[in-house]
Amino acid sequence: MHKELLNKEDIERAIMRMAHEITEKNKGVRSLCLIGIQRGGVHLARRLAMKLREIGGRKIPVGALDIALYRDDINVRKEQPVVRRTEVPCEINNKKVVLVDDVLYTGRSIRAAMDAVMDLGRPSAIQLAVLVDRGHRELPIKADFVGKNVPTSLEETVTVQFLEEGLDDRVVLEWA
Amino acid sequence: MGLKSKDLVGIKELDAADIELILDTASGFKDVLTRDIKKVPALRGKTTVNLFYEPSTRTRTSFELAAKRLSTDVINVSVSTSSVVKGESLRDTALTIQALGADFIVVRHSCSGVAHFLAKNLDASVVNAGDGTNEHPTQALLDLFTIMEKRHVVRDLDVAIVGDILHSRVAKSNIYALKKLGARVRLIGPPTLVPAFMRELGVDVYTDMDEGLRDADIVMMLRIQMERQGRGFFPSTVEYFRNWGLTAERLAKAKKNALVMHPGPMNRGVEIASDVADGLRSVILEQVTNGLAVRMAVLYLLAGVKG
Repeated sequence: MHKELLNKEDIERAIMRMAHEITEKNKGVRSLCLIGIQRGGVHLARRLAMKLREIGGRKIPVGALDIALYRDDINVRKEQPVVRRTEVPCEINNKKVVLVDDVLYTGRSIRAAMDAVMDLGRPSAIQLAVLVDRGHRELPIKADFVGKNVPTSLEETVTVQFLEEGLDDRVVLEWA
Repeated sequence: MGLKSKDLVGIKELDAADIELILDTASGFKDVLTRDIKKVPALRGKTTVNLFYEPSTRTRTSFELAAKRLSTDVINVSVSTSSVVKGESLRDTALTIQALGADFIVVRHSCSGVAHFLAKNLDASVVNAGDGTNEHPTQALLDLFTIMEKRHVVRDLDVAIVGDILHSRVAKSNIYALKKLGARVRLIGPPTLVPAFMRELGVDVYTDMDEGLRDADIVMMLRIQMERQGRGFFPSTVEYFRNWGLTAERLAKAKKNALVMHPGPMNRGVEIASDVADGLRSVILEQVTNGLAVRMAVLYLLAGVKG
């Protein structure tokens, strides 16, 4: 069974609002660098960057971060996570890095992502933007910018689909 | 998706999907190697033992660095300083190392089949770093990775492998790997070192270098093992170079953009002319760098195969 949480327009509006919030918090878009977590986060980061450019009038560098090698569950999972490329096109030293992911859940991916970012350089700050926060944190991690807060149960899954992956933009809550 | 076996004993045991998975994963690791901080925590807490019964600098160093960049602890056991000289059997040495908690055992041995034997007898993941004249799988994988980087596909390429095929585990692993990914392979060398029965592997055999190199996309040179000189395989290194050495003039028979590869260590002036080894089409040093990425990928993927 499933329920649509966000449709195309909702996602568009959420991204627009988040872009404004990012601009407000950072007093402009200067010295920002957006880094999306592979793979959903990368699409989201590109879209956020487009909006930030409209608002701030300058191009924002966007990177893609693969966290497979920084995960804490390598010995627990059945199979190794697929290693994808990390491509961060700018120097992140003294930049304000906004980590972008589609869904915030346990917080473990974000922990891994922060470690991965730290190995790339020393940003002046790391902030977190997510499209959906579904709760159930296992680590003391909190998002700075949230598209939608969705209370969920552990049995449910949240799936984010993107046009970039050949599907309609939507966020779906599924359960058995 | 993942590898099916806990060990990498040979290319023969892999299928095309396994090879492609390793190569894809390696490209992720290649990118790690370009960063300021080249170490990732992926295999923290694991232990790698390099068990080398044959002298080796580049392969051992490459495995050691690959294992360290994945954050595993590394121990090097070389025969001359180990209890092997006191007469301990291979199996006992390996079981002892396993009992110390090794997760990966990288083994090189002068006998073919040693990696198979250890893989069967140990729970640890065994990686073949060269066994006798049988296989040297990570060398073939890094060669394929290098070809993929330059040519993007392996299918339908014409690959010439030149030299002492008979004694070469590198050649054997490469023949299996190239065939599995759909390349055409030709072997070139003196009939004593490239026997006609090699055709059974589904390759073409040439004794004439000029003829064999014609329109090749890739020219893979092998090291002439100097210890074979004077044992009847070829008259002298001078004569070998005259007939089968890769010179700029000979290389002109291959395709214009042909890549020149060599697993090292090179004998300049024996199998390859110095100017060709250092020339624009040589990817010999890139092979070394890629070896690191490929070996990281192999260790990483093997760690994911649960017994």
